[in-house]
Amino acid sequence: MITPNLKYIEELSGDDEAFKQNFISILKDEFPDEKSEYLENIAAKAQMEASLNVHKLKHKFNILGLEDSYHFAVTYEEELRAGSDKLHEEFLEILEIIDGFLKSI
Amino acid sequence: MNCIIIDDELSARAIVKQLCANTPELDVIQEFDNAIEAIKFLNQQDIDLIFLDIHMPGFTGIDLVETIKNPPKIVMTTSDTDFAIAAYEYEAIVDYLVKPITAERFTKCIQKIKASSFKRPVLTHNKEASIDNDRDLYINIDRRLIKLKLAEILMVEAKGDYIDIKTINQNYRVHTTLKKIKEKLPENIFLQIHRSFIINFTKIIDIEDNSVLIEKSVIPISRSNRPELMRRLNLL
Repeated sequence: MITPNLKYIEELSGDDEAFKQNFISILKDEFPDEKSEYLENIAAKAQMEASLNVHKLKHKFNILGLEDSYHFAVTYEEELRAGSDKLHEEFLEILEIIDGFLKSI
Repeated sequence: MNCIIIDDELSARAIVKQLCANTPELDVIQEFDNAIEAIKFLNQQDIDLIFLDIHMPGFTGIDLVETIKNPPKIVMTTSDTDFAIAAYEYEAIVDYLVKPITAERFTKCIQKIKASSFKRPVLTHNKEASIDNDRDLYINIDRRLIKLKLAEILMVEAKGDYIDIKTINQNYRVHTTLKKIKEKLPENIFLQIHRSFIINFTKIIDIEDNSVLIEKSVIPISRSNRPELMRRLNLL
């Protein structure tokens, strides 16, 4: 089971607590929108558009210290571009974990 | 150094902005969530450095690099390392930061930029285009032969017995026909998109419905010429 963390955000923030809180707030706003858009595109079988969503979402994986998930997303993005969404369920699990993490902080 | 940040993701812009805030030499004067707005800004204001995302919907970072004339130094930011080689084909691109950008890597990037001179690079990304940059066209106005650089011509418009040639720096009215100047313009750069207009299609900023935007001019595309224009574009 993957565990997101705030290590990168804390390193970036240093003593700047205001930035840290503001940045977390941005993630809390951006992530659900990107996730929703991704799910809509998957439901519509719009793989190319979904690959663009994965491209954006994978950046958040890295920010939250999920390196393995990032590499998985790179593969999934390529597969979506090739027209296959067979990794969707596995990708969705990662999204749900991040969703829960962002709601907990 | 005055800089701007261009990225469609707010979180990505926030990271670069924070890294800039921790770097006294950098002054972020504006941020943009799309390349088109940034181009409009760059047409009006000189800046020293751009932090530019590659993947943006519609108009990508690479499109922007190819569009702006005499670009400032550019640092590309992206999640994909695969684009590094492509990015370095452009002289204006001085570094390439992979997201999430660390403070250490960002500092190295700025040191590298400081170490280099601030002379603005010339965009050289395409051998064929470089050759055409050196080609000239002489036009006859009031018994004077005026030399124009082909690459600096933005568009030509038919005006009755005359044509208006719009270049990067100046406009000229010449007593000739669109058909005659078309024969003198290289086909790899110029294209007739309407019975009254020939454009330099490397200068296109965007295409919307039946018109193209070049600098601040909106030029109509006729239905019969649209397929050829679309064929020539490097469409994703």
